Amino acid sequence: MVVRERPVHGLSPDEVDRIFHGLADATRRDIVERVLHEAQSVSTLARRYDMSFAAVQKHVAVLERAALVTKQRRGREQLVHGNPEALQRAARLLDDYERIWRHRVRAIEDVLAEDALAGDPEERTEP
Amino acid sequence: MTVIDVRKDPQALTLTFVAEFDAPVEQVWQVWADPRRLERWWGPPTWPATFVEHRFVVGGRSRYYMTGPEGEKAGGWWRITAIEEPHRLEFDDGFAGEDGEPNTDMPTTHAVVTLEPLGSGTRMTTVSTFPTLEDLEKLAAMGMEEGMRLAMGQIDAVLAG
Repeated sequence: MVVRERPVHGLSPDEVDRIFHGLADATRRDIVERVLHEAQSVSTLARRYDMSFAAVQKHVAVLERAALVTKQRRGREQLVHGNPEALQRAARLLDDYERIWRHRVRAIEDVLAEDALAGDPEERTEP
Repeated sequence: MTVIDVRKDPQALTLTFVAEFDAPVEQVWQVWADPRRLERWWGPPTWPATFVEHRFVVGGRSRYYMTGPEGEKAGGWWRITAIEEPHRLEFDDGFAGEDGEPNTDMPTTHAVVTLEPLGSGTRMTTVSTFPTLEDLEKLAAMGMEEGMRLAMGQIDAVLAG
């Protein structure tokens, strides 16, 4: 691979850490999915899980620090909104690496196709 | 070739890549074992790899460099940690300086390659594990550049076809 460092995705290593930590828990992933679909109050969310209001509030706080969700006050309630842009950036980190392998697999196929044309690869020296 | 499956696990920091080839396991094994075959696919299209050393035994070291369009060179190394010919290969993959010595500032990834017979063909599964999120970020930054080179390589192939 090529050694060249430069900022990418506009994310610092700390921000990347927070995003992955945010998504590393099943309840938090579920919360993100729900609020991406439709903004919900913390108390509505809390009713969906078999855990205390405080525990759900804590999960939301972790997601908020990772910028995966935002909170907005509406009257007496806190509405939790999804932040699709941050999620896309997290997924892109692994997508970028996937591309390397897609290229490699395609190139391996070319090597194998030439071997097939040339006969048994093990009994033949490279031109 | 068919890319059958790609699984990304942000929690475990792994990328699993499954592909199938119309060639027997022994032949696919050769694209890893034979340095002349390996260097034809390891680097991006415009950064071909040259393996100057490829000791394909457990504990063995490989050294390679890739040459860019303007003649610039980027070095890398492998250390083989497991071999079960022709079904399983594990190695650490890192960056090297111009002297060919490992660059310890750069991330090292661990790769596990499994080849299984599938009819007359082969299913190849590679699992890449990244040590930390920061390392993944660094590698992704480089991957973006490789992705662009890949796109350009594809255009070349279409024009040549």
